[in-house]
Amino acid sequence: MSDHGGLHPAQPFPEAAREQVVRAQLRANLRKVTHTIREKRANVVGELPQWEQLRTLGAATKDASLANLSDRLLQLEQSVKARGGHVHWARDAQEAREIVARIAAAHGARELIKVKSITSDEIELNRALEERGIHAIETDLAELIVQLSHDRPSHILVPAIHRNRAEIQALFNAELPGEGELPDDPAALAAAARRYLRHKFLTTKMAVSGANFAIAETGTVCVVESEGNGRMCVTLPEVLVSIMGIEKVLETWEDISVFMELLPRSSTAERMNPYNSFWSGVTPGDGPQEFHLVLLDNGRTNVLADDFGRQTLRCIRCSACLNVCPVYERAGGHAYGSVYPGPIGAILTPQLLGMHDKNANTLPGASSLCGACYDVCPVKINIPQVLIYLRSEANLQKGLTAEALAMKGMKFVMSEGWRFEGALELARVGQGPLVHGDAITSLPGPLAGWTQVRDLKPFPKEGFRDWWRNRPAPVDAAPPAIVQKAEEGPVPPQKKEGGQFDAEPPREDTL
Amino acid sequence: MHIDLFLTCVNDALFPATGQATVRLLERLGHRVNFNPAQTCCGQMHLNTGYREDALHLIRKFVRDFRDSEVVVTPSGSCAAMVRELYPEAAQWAGDDELLRDVEALAPRVFELSELLVNKLGVTDVGAYYPHRVTYHPTCHAMRALRVGDAPLQLLRNVRGMTLVELEGANECCGFGGTFAVKNPDVSAAMLTDKARHIMNTGAEACTAGDNSCLLHIGGGLHRLRSGTRTVHLAEILASTEEEVFA
Repeated sequence: MSDHGGLHPAQPFPEAAREQVVRAQLRANLRKVTHTIREKRANVVGELPQWEQLRTLGAATKDASLANLSDRLLQLEQSVKARGGHVHWARDAQEAREIVARIAAAHGARELIKVKSITSDEIELNRALEERGIHAIETDLAELIVQLSHDRPSHILVPAIHRNRAEIQALFNAELPGEGELPDDPAALAAAARRYLRHKFLTTKMAVSGANFAIAETGTVCVVESEGNGRMCVTLPEVLVSIMGIEKVLETWEDISVFMELLPRSSTAERMNPYNSFWSGVTPGDGPQEFHLVLLDNGRTNVLADDFGRQTLRCIRCSACLNVCPVYERAGGHAYGSVYPGPIGAILTPQLLGMHDKNANTLPGASSLCGACYDVCPVKINIPQVLIYLRSEANLQKGLTAEALAMKGMKFVMSEGWRFEGALELARVGQGPLVHGDAITSLPGPLAGWTQVRDLKPFPKEGFRDWWRNRPAPVDAAPPAIVQKAEEGPVPPQKKEGGQFDAEPPREDTL
Repeated sequence: MHIDLFLTCVNDALFPATGQATVRLLERLGHRVNFNPAQTCCGQMHLNTGYREDALHLIRKFVRDFRDSEVVVTPSGSCAAMVRELYPEAAQWAGDDELLRDVEALAPRVFELSELLVNKLGVTDVGAYYPHRVTYHPTCHAMRALRVGDAPLQLLRNVRGMTLVELEGANECCGFGGTFAVKNPDVSAAMLTDKARHIMNTGAEACTAGDNSCLLHIGGGLHRLRSGTRTVHLAEILASTEEEVFA
């Protein structure tokens, strides 16, 4: 089996979430940040009356590129080479790591700087480099916080979302050399990080970046960001390696314009990113003199091959879905066990891993299907529908489980109206020992999750069907519809001898 | 109008009063309601839990049961959304073009109760009377999949005797999500706790919604907390009159 790096969850989601959801500080941090970003996003999106058209255009643009992905990638390779860059193809995480390590070794690098590193986290690059004696330094402030605390990112855009100011103050005091005692003040903490990073930018010879987009026709790679660390990484070092998932390619310059509207508003709730960096190959005497582009598959072609799951590859990693997700808000990013958390992670991770991973396959279940993620997705990925689709794909891998048998039993009962009614009558009698007072307070087996914090209403004594059979037949009320009571007096109940089907009024009477 | 009632399996099993209220309400408005006892379940639980083949069996059954209906009403946003949003998807996943044609023909005639009343029948005042302090929870599927908008609120605002109070975080999911509540009980409980807190903060006697699945969840939590706040389906409020309050 190939190595998928930082995708594989170590636990099933329900177990991981159980550990996270009880952490009060984490819940408070997540709630504060996600609610702040979600409100700001709603405001800046509300400024654009054509937002829905932009979403449609964004989805169509990505779909068009994905429809001819191999052509686009070959075109990109040619364009990058024509501008003096090198292109590498990586089937999986291990190949990608080895490509980067080889380049670093060729330059004798002991240290390198990194920005936009989620794809490098996907391939677990830092660990592989450390093993070879090469230290990778994260330059995004939040990524640096995560790295210094030997933690993992928990959000695509705000990797240290789970940390508050006090935690960061303590961390910097312990980990940033030569800064003395730092105060509990965001500006002072940011300034300390800035001094540390500025020194690294000016002394490090090699950089590794991710990519938001790449343009096939020009061989241009693009990074959009807020802090300027990306700009530093892609201009100051002598050697630049950019790692991108193969789904990031677009065909033309024109294609990128729509994403410059969709991405910043969806992710940071800004009208435009403070820094938008574009580079094409190398330019003698200006910027890095050696450029490598690593094209990473790592399961993406499998996703592409699935007609119904393919839309997942439209994702531009804006993280809007994380910020509105009620499950993410309570469980946090670490519960997803992959570098891709939240709703998009719940569909992307299992698809990249291939639908047989028993932990990743619990991720499509990590949703109440409330639909908030689909509403905000700038490229209209119908995440709830993909979740449902993947739940079936996952179950197909599991075979005949107890749950599958229970569902088959339910299907059998539901296959006929009379069978369902009979089952309800049995349930009315059978529930007796479970009912205490006016509620069922404890359920056995797999249903125990329900009564953990909720009571259950017992089955009522008289069902709807009995009432319907025994009620007086209604009189025809004359249109137009007005509020009135039938005054013609009761009509005798319909005759009910025989089976349940006899109760059905003749169709011609009612239609 | 001749209206076929799709009761839904949850209402059939646990909330007969909601079905009765729906019938009474529509008849009071001058419509003829039919209940086809062959009906059972839309298949949502099976499809959402990942049992596509079982769900398709129930989807085909639903199409058979309601093929000839002029209009189908259901007092459940999520079941209406299942038919309108997910039946076509399920047919495509199965590669069943005939089923796809059938569901595309039937889906536009299937309505959630409030959208039938407001959007199709143009009624916002159903002559209801309900002398209680009530807060309203807009359910996810009605709000985001069906886009019923403020149709339920328009109806509730015209209920006489009722005090309608606003719910903080109303648009957030209550955490039910069908089998999600059982398979991810801890996250579901965390979502429910926040929802229950907001409801109790309103001081309402009752929380209403257009879907008894959500209310089963919310009501189960409020009952466990001994909150004294109950849940009541929208249909039961709208069916209530000065002569008879049903819920």
